[in-house]
Amino acid sequence: MKIGILGFQGAFVEHERHIGRLGYEPVVVRYPQQLDDLDGIILPGGESTTMGKLLCCTGMLEPLRNKIQEGLPVWGTCAGMILLAKKLENDPVRHLALMDITVKRNAYGTQIDSFDVSVEIPKVSPDPIPLVFIRAPYITESGANVEVLCKVEGHIVAARERHLLATSFHPELTDDSSFHRYFAEMCKKRE
Amino acid sequence: MGKYELNKNLAQMLKGGVIMDVTNAEQAKIAEAAGACAVMALERVPADIRRDGGVARMSDPQMIKAIQKAVSIPVMAKVRIGHFVEAQILEAIGIDFIDESEVLTPADELYHVDKTAFKVPFVCGARNLGEALRRIGEGAAMIRTKGEAGTGNVVEAVTHMRQISDDMRRVKNAGAEELMTLAKEFCAPYELVKYVHEYGKLPVVNFAAGGIATPADAALMMQLGSEGVFVGSGIFKSGDPEKRARAIVQAVTYYNDPLKLAELSENLGEAMSGLEIKTLESKYAERGW
Repeated sequence: MKIGILGFQGAFVEHERHIGRLGYEPVVVRYPQQLDDLDGIILPGGESTTMGKLLCCTGMLEPLRNKIQEGLPVWGTCAGMILLAKKLENDPVRHLALMDITVKRNAYGTQIDSFDVSVEIPKVSPDPIPLVFIRAPYITESGANVEVLCKVEGHIVAARERHLLATSFHPELTDDSSFHRYFAEMCKKRE
Repeated sequence: MGKYELNKNLAQMLKGGVIMDVTNAEQAKIAEAAGACAVMALERVPADIRRDGGVARMSDPQMIKAIQKAVSIPVMAKVRIGHFVEAQILEAIGIDFIDESEVLTPADELYHVDKTAFKVPFVCGARNLGEALRRIGEGAAMIRTKGEAGTGNVVEAVTHMRQISDDMRRVKNAGAEELMTLAKEFCAPYELVKYVHEYGKLPVVNFAAGGIATPADAALMMQLGSEGVFVGSGIFKSGDPEKRARAIVQAVTYYNDPLKLAELSENLGEAMSGLEIKTLESKYAERGW
């Protein structure tokens, strides 16, 4: 199984490591033609404005949006969640605009407010999962078809809508592969 | 997970990106729109500091706050080497990253800031592995080459990046019994030398800085192993800052694609005028140790 990781900017190498460790083939994606034989794609953490800009100027935006609309499983971490959101609370810009969520960028504040916690998410793993929040966004509103997977201090930080998965935090920065395994299962179901 | 780990993690999010020097909110917006992954707020770009001479200090907090308000990407700012009070001030206004920078006039001839005393992350310059590991030992969450800021001349950044890589190869290939002697030779903490021996890389993200002026310069530094670039005077001292900024952002993503780089290098207008290193009155890279 081939899982793509958008390789424009940010922490894509960290995702590559997890995917490889689970025995799947990671593919760093920088060109539209690479989208054709993927079983899923991860939009990594980084700066969403940078990635959004590169999506537009490289001609990747439309092909990627089409693939996801045709059913390609996608997982956005942090900046990736912002790329997926249909609405941003504090920004007029939209990127892929595919997931029925409203996201607040830099919702916790500046770097001094970055934090980590350990939380049980039964649908993803029987054990507590370490969650790392770096200048993180969270979901302020979610549509009827969106399943909330995890809340931290009352805010939605992980959610799924059919084959679309979004997390505010960065599983790729920890040694815990639970979320990568969960996403890989989503990709397998599509096969 | 401690604050230091979270700070190293923020540096990981900047990888593959371009951090641009900006002197006001308007430039910050241009940088963000061009795809910068962070901005460095400062009153004068290094080329102007070099030209004006005198003592260069931390920027006016009001100007930094205006830039924080103008953009949503991380905002960095510089403090003088060893000036921990300037660092306290920047931390108090919620800066995302502090650059303890040789571009400003050093405040302490002997000591750098004890970066472990702060919650915010620090980035520091280095010319070789020993210097990089000393700064990491003091708590830096990110390293950049010193290069020679404000010259538009990439030669020093190349020298420093090659030196760091060279030193790392030596440590990696050394036997376990050689490590303490290497730590002594590099004047570097033993535990960090052991880390480099084991993993073959620095324990923090490493960017290139100091003299990068073109998309080709940025791609050169990426091919030499840097994980992203700082561009100081190179953008807003050029003929068409917006276009050059966009081109450099893409050059860092497509650093291994010469055809794309050719396309990005076309018709960028005038690059900043450069300086020959030999003619410089003072080399900023020699500040700090």
